Amino acid sequence: MSAQAANWPDRLFETLKRGGIRQVGYVPDAGHARLIERCRADDEIRDVALTTEEEGVALAAGAWLGGERAALLMQSSGLGNCINMMSLARTCRFPLLMFITMRGEWEEFNPWQVPMGSIVDPVLKLCEAEVYRVQKPDEVASTAERAVQQVFGGERIAAVILSQQLIGKKVWTK
Amino acid sequence: MKLERRAAMATLLAGRGDDLLVVPGLGSTTWDAMAAGDDDRTFHLWGAMGGAAMIGLGLALAQPKRRVAVITGDGEMLMGLGSLATIGIQRPPNLAIIVFDNGVYGETGMQPSHTQGGVDLIGVAKGCGIESCFEVHDQEGLTDLARRLKALRQTMFARVLISADEPPRVLPLRDGVALKERFRAALGIRA
Repeated sequence: MSAQAANWPDRLFETLKRGGIRQVGYVPDAGHARLIERCRADDEIRDVALTTEEEGVALAAGAWLGGERAALLMQSSGLGNCINMMSLARTCRFPLLMFITMRGEWEEFNPWQVPMGSIVDPVLKLCEAEVYRVQKPDEVASTAERAVQQVFGGERIAAVILSQQLIGKKVWTK
Repeated sequence: MKLERRAAMATLLAGRGDDLLVVPGLGSTTWDAMAAGDDDRTFHLWGAMGGAAMIGLGLALAQPKRRVAVITGDGEMLMGLGSLATIGIQRPPNLAIIVFDNGVYGETGMQPSHTQGGVDLIGVAKGCGIESCFEVHDQEGLTDLARRLKALRQTMFARVLISADEPPRVLPLRDGVALKERFRAALGIRA
């Protein structure tokens, strides 16, 4: 991957900034490491480390009640933790913008990641979310921009899926 | 001694002021908040169990000039116990988490909750880094809590011991979109 391609997390961060995101909830995740680092370093963005992803769904609802835009970063395994809490977004039409890094779909060493990873798309669709899958680094920012417009323009739920090929496989030997 | 829930809620919300935003937990505390007098600045919950405190956190961060009171039950708080850890890290000065603890799941048939079994919510909140914690079990303590809520200046957690009774339900609006829109409109947030 070229240097330009490898900096997609920075361009994703800039897109979130341009989109007026003020709260970013996340459970620490290797695929989101750079983006989390940028959010933590930014004075305008409140980074909120969560103990479980469903907290972020409620956080985003509270933010919108108070007039702020939030985003939620998670790994595919975290989506399963959110399902009932997504009732909040669906019933009240709260904007919910999710960035999901994939595990369990490409060169996955850990079979325990496969069960949840394999059902991310159908689960999101059952939850009435718009789903945007990104495979290439140069598509990340433009896809994120579209998701931001969808979510906050129409009070909708959307997930940008960052594929495992984009993230790169986890290295198990050091 | 234990307090009566409706009277406790009425005391906490009396003369609440335009700058107090209230998030009651699903079930009994939402009925209590409704019984105390409906307000556009109350976001009633009919679901999202375990999420009340985190809704309060997102709201408190977004509205630093207003006070936010999450007033929920022990069962609802227990489902979102991790959120106390998350709040303990953020500690917004304008957020109060108040748990009406009757030791039972009132909405589902009075089954015992973990607090009845000895789980100490004040201990959990303190352990999560929330320094300002109050145990309330009588009228004097409740009056003091209401006063502290009015002058809220740091993240606060309180456990209010209430009796396990079930006053008649007073139901708020069920339409989540309408509840959200009236809340935002009351805060002057444009769609």
